[in-house]
Amino acid sequence: MNHLISRAAAPIALALAALLPLSAQAHRGWMLPSATVLSGNDPWVTVDAAISNDLFYFEHNAMKLDGLLAFAPDGSKATPENLATGKYRSTFDLKLVQKGTYKLAMVNDGLMASWKVGGENKRARGTAESLAKEIPANAEGLSVSRNQSRLEVFVTSGKPTDTVLKPTNQGLELAPITHPNDLFAGDTASFRFLLDGKPAADVEVTVIPGGVRHRDALGEIKVRTDAEGKFSVKWPSAGFYWLSATHGAAQRPAPGAAPAGPAGTLDKPARRASYSTTLEVLPQ
Amino acid sequence: MRMRYTVAMTAVMGVPSVFAADLTVKVEIPRLTVAEYHRPYTALWIEKADQSFAANLSVWYDLKMKNNEGTKWLKDMRQWWRKSGRELQMPVDGLSGATRAPGEHTLTFGGAKSPLDKLPAGEYAVVVEAAREVGGRELVRVPFTWPPTAAQSNQAKGEHELGAVSVAVKP
Repeated sequence: MNHLISRAAAPIALALAALLPLSAQAHRGWMLPSATVLSGNDPWVTVDAAISNDLFYFEHNAMKLDGLLAFAPDGSKATPENLATGKYRSTFDLKLVQKGTYKLAMVNDGLMASWKVGGENKRARGTAESLAKEIPANAEGLSVSRNQSRLEVFVTSGKPTDTVLKPTNQGLELAPITHPNDLFAGDTASFRFLLDGKPAADVEVTVIPGGVRHRDALGEIKVRTDAEGKFSVKWPSAGFYWLSATHGAAQRPAPGAAPAGPAGTLDKPARRASYSTTLEVLPQ
Repeated sequence: MRMRYTVAMTAVMGVPSVFAADLTVKVEIPRLTVAEYHRPYTALWIEKADQSFAANLSVWYDLKMKNNEGTKWLKDMRQWWRKSGRELQMPVDGLSGATRAPGEHTLTFGGAKSPLDKLPAGEYAVVVEAAREVGGRELVRVPFTWPPTAAQSNQAKGEHELGAVSVAVKP
């Protein structure tokens, strides 16, 4: 699996970073599949992708699909079709040719630098190489952060399989113990978070049920990973859930504000790794 | 553990009586007055006392669609799909059948040809799950003891997608 991501990661590395608006802290990026458990000879899924406040409503920005990757149950790359981006959402289709579990992913890994020149705030995104050229010698208060993010969803035709669940050992990743397409209301599902393939201990995980607009309370569930990176969630009811976690430095500060986390350097950037997925829980 | 129990039971019961026993399931598909009616996809299977899967009895779905396209909705019988359906390549001989019209349907399983002769002695349930296109889904469980030492009968009733479901066993 490792080579699959790394081969594809370079061209799309900045795709997600570029599409997240500068004030995106409160916004949530998500993909929502039309179904996660499918049967039959010729199953298709259609997926919405958006960045919004509420889940799962498209009311803010469409998510760009430049960085979209799809993996078939045997680990090979699959090809999403009918990609389209509208005002509030993007959409694409995927034909599930093989039986088993597919993974759809948007992976981002890029550096962000902010500095001042003569009291004026400057900011740039890029690779270590490109930023080295861009940052002037007289930059003051230089702060560099590395942002890795990963958005994934899983869909299964027939019997669930595990090949696409294997971690790539890059950034923050979900390593399911319970299969993500085998979730039922009332059951308790277990997962692990890994950072570069090693247990991500003491990471806060937030789980929010969809349909936020149609209820008063957010209804979020917060859990922490244990020393082995493990955590579990008891599903209160059926529906789609958005699960997310962030490891490392806080989101970069607003322009002019003091950095919330440690100010990194080009050689040693402050690292932030985030992960999110959309899970479907079925009724018993 | 189970093996020893089975052997003990078999010794007491005698092998022929196990094979001679049979199980009759009566399933009522209710007549519904809805604008768009489709016959329900229905799965019948046997669960152990802990609700784990033991054996399939019957799966009724739209067999006649071209390219076996009816299999697209098999997943709507969610519990059956999770416990057995997703492991199978439908249609399966002796298991698949066409959807049934509203009314009472009687199915009898017995002798060496049914999955029953492979069941270790114990407590079980027949599970009937029905899912109807543009309609609802319902699951009904009816307990029984296998192999039967005397005739016994149990029943349960669905509330919307299934009517009365009864299970009778006799030695």
